Amino acid sequence: MSQTSVSYLEYQGKYKGILGWILSTDHKRIGLLYLYTIVSFFLVGATLGLLMKLELIAPGRTIMDAQTYNAFFTLHGITMIFLVVIPGIPAIFGNFFLPIMIGAKDVSFPRLNLLSWWLYVIGAAIAISSQFLGSGPPDTGWTFYAPYSLRVPTNVLSAVLGAFVLGFSSILTGINFITTMHRMKAPGMKWMKMPLFPWSLYATGWIQILATPIIGITLLMIVAERLFKIGFFDPSLGGDPLLYQHLFWIYSHPAVYIMILPAMGVISEIIPTFARKTIFGYSAIVISSFGIAFIGYFVWGHHMFAAGMSARSLWFFSLLTFIVAIPSAIKVFNWVATLYKGSINVQTPLYWALSFIFVFLIGGLSGLFLGSLAVDVHLTDTAFVVGHFHFIVFGGMGYAFMAAIHYWFPKIYGRMYDKSWANTGWLIFFMGFLALYFTMFYLGMKGQPRRTYDYFEEYHSGNIISSLGAIVMLFGLAIIIINLVRSARHGEKAPADPWGGKTLEWTIPSPPPIENFEEIPEITHDPYDYK
Amino acid sequence: MEHTLTIQHRDDDASRIGMWLFIFTELFLFAGLFLVFAVYRVKYYEGFHLAAKELNVTVGTINSIILLLSGMTMGIAYLAIQKAKNKLTLAMLGITILLGIIFLVNKYFEWSVKFEHGLYPGSPELISLSKGDVMFFGLYFFMTGLHALHLIAGLILIVIVFGAVIRGRVHSTKYALLENCSLYWHLVDLVWLFLFPLFYLIN
Repeated sequence: MSQTSVSYLEYQGKYKGILGWILSTDHKRIGLLYLYTIVSFFLVGATLGLLMKLELIAPGRTIMDAQTYNAFFTLHGITMIFLVVIPGIPAIFGNFFLPIMIGAKDVSFPRLNLLSWWLYVIGAAIAISSQFLGSGPPDTGWTFYAPYSLRVPTNVLSAVLGAFVLGFSSILTGINFITTMHRMKAPGMKWMKMPLFPWSLYATGWIQILATPIIGITLLMIVAERLFKIGFFDPSLGGDPLLYQHLFWIYSHPAVYIMILPAMGVISEIIPTFARKTIFGYSAIVISSFGIAFIGYFVWGHHMFAAGMSARSLWFFSLLTFIVAIPSAIKVFNWVATLYKGSINVQTPLYWALSFIFVFLIGGLSGLFLGSLAVDVHLTDTAFVVGHFHFIVFGGMGYAFMAAIHYWFPKIYGRMYDKSWANTGWLIFFMGFLALYFTMFYLGMKGQPRRTYDYFEEYHSGNIISSLGAIVMLFGLAIIIINLVRSARHGEKAPADPWGGKTLEWTIPSPPPIENFEEIPEITHDPYDYK
Repeated sequence: MEHTLTIQHRDDDASRIGMWLFIFTELFLFAGLFLVFAVYRVKYYEGFHLAAKELNVTVGTINSIILLLSGMTMGIAYLAIQKAKNKLTLAMLGITILLGIIFLVNKYFEWSVKFEHGLYPGSPELISLSKGDVMFFGLYFFMTGLHALHLIAGLILIVIVFGAVIRGRVHSTKYALLENCSLYWHLVDLVWLFLFPLFYLIN
């Protein structure tokens, strides 16, 4: 076997063993490094989530006190948002598949890519260290709202610094991907012949570059304020806490599009493959990604409807919030229209993709309730918000992540997983998910506040259903993970194109050789060319 | 795994694009601060007006001229390397480094005068003044401090480029590193050109 046709999993370079991975500049190995680290953090976050749901299974103190609960929802939020959901799909599947899907041998800056992973690990270590160093774990929530975050003695500083470093890692990934798409598309691959997953990463990259620095500087201001008593957000020194909220959401609202756009890209890949049909409205999907990215910059105020804003800003942000829902709806129509009259091949990735559309729709529509001013006054800071958020973020990014891992698993490892176990895992997970989060809509409308470890007796029955749902969901998750881990070693050998996909990653062997392509392909046809 | 060994691949346009994207990010980093400045300038216009008079316009002007000059020498270095005039390149890079250091020294003295007068964040004197003063000097130290950090990063980058020119890694047909370094230096320049009028001149 020649050196170039050796699989990236077996290739022996300058470094051996573990060093061959953590010092590798190969985009595929870096993708897997991200996969293992992100999944580990996801399990930490999920465990915290389960413990919180166990606390909420009965009113009053059940397994933890109020302060522990506050620390848990803070760490759950920081872990899930900054360590899992924001980097998740771009860093894992973007790294692994972006170069392959555009017919390139690697990203434009392979060493910068490795640096991004190291920054991610360092940022994560700093953020996690907040739990053990200083005067106790932070209890501010992942939003670090001022002035509480400025005055509380708990260890906010390292959590904030960790988030800052993670932002840096995210920016570098965005720069790398955008440059790669500008410079390394295979000959013949014009922009409008690029598959939709790279397109979604392109739009995401711009948000990473243009929005992340705002949170960077805001977090630095928190640091400066805690260390040097500069009064940016402290009213006693003349600062304005509301300004903090504005700055925070100027990034953190676009950040939800960093989470969801790559997820939509994954779904746009999976639907045509399993409908065996060209994607409906390719250009509409591309343009709507940019519509989301652009309008997404101007809706941050809807996180602050109850915080105090002028009537005109309220009106403005509410209107824009309704408008930003339109491009997402366009994508849903496109996916459904692609399925229409297709010859549908029902497999695990399609189950995940279809359930993605289902939960994403509920998440999106419940967002419109929160976007309407009068309704929001009633629903703000209730469990309804938590339900909406988890439907759209966990239901969005999480389901797309599951769809992606089940779609590309045979390509990544060259082995196939056990399909019936995968489907069973999906069904149990899906049922648990609905019980867990759907009840939150009901509880929130009844008035149960979020972020409290205790509640009135009248919310008890709903919380029992929700907590049992959490247990069921994690049971499903365990089945999925065990199945995948087992299959990565012992699964049947997978062919190059197990699903009949048409994009470039299915034209090369599974697992891919170290240089991806023997020869860089000439692109002559559209990405989803089903006849 | 030394993957780069098998892909001998150099793409100057890619480095250029990457650097521009990074500069966009940096601009937004400072944009967040300019936004904060604008908000508090409107809120405490009187305090800002009076506090700005405390700053030494002469030192600020000298520093602006120094940075503008350093931008020029950096630009000459960029032109010189393309014409294979390595000695001129090194001389210009050297002068740029020197000017950057002079800027920092001036900044150091400027800051220490403020510290002597107790005009630094968290000092009892400053807190006894108006909220406009507190905010002005908070922003002054934070923004010029962040700018100084960027300047130091730029200096380190120029030193690296300097070494690369000596060792022949940067030359008349391969100068993307120098070009990116000069882009970054101009960013540092540009940010100062906004900081200077905002803090020193508007009063």
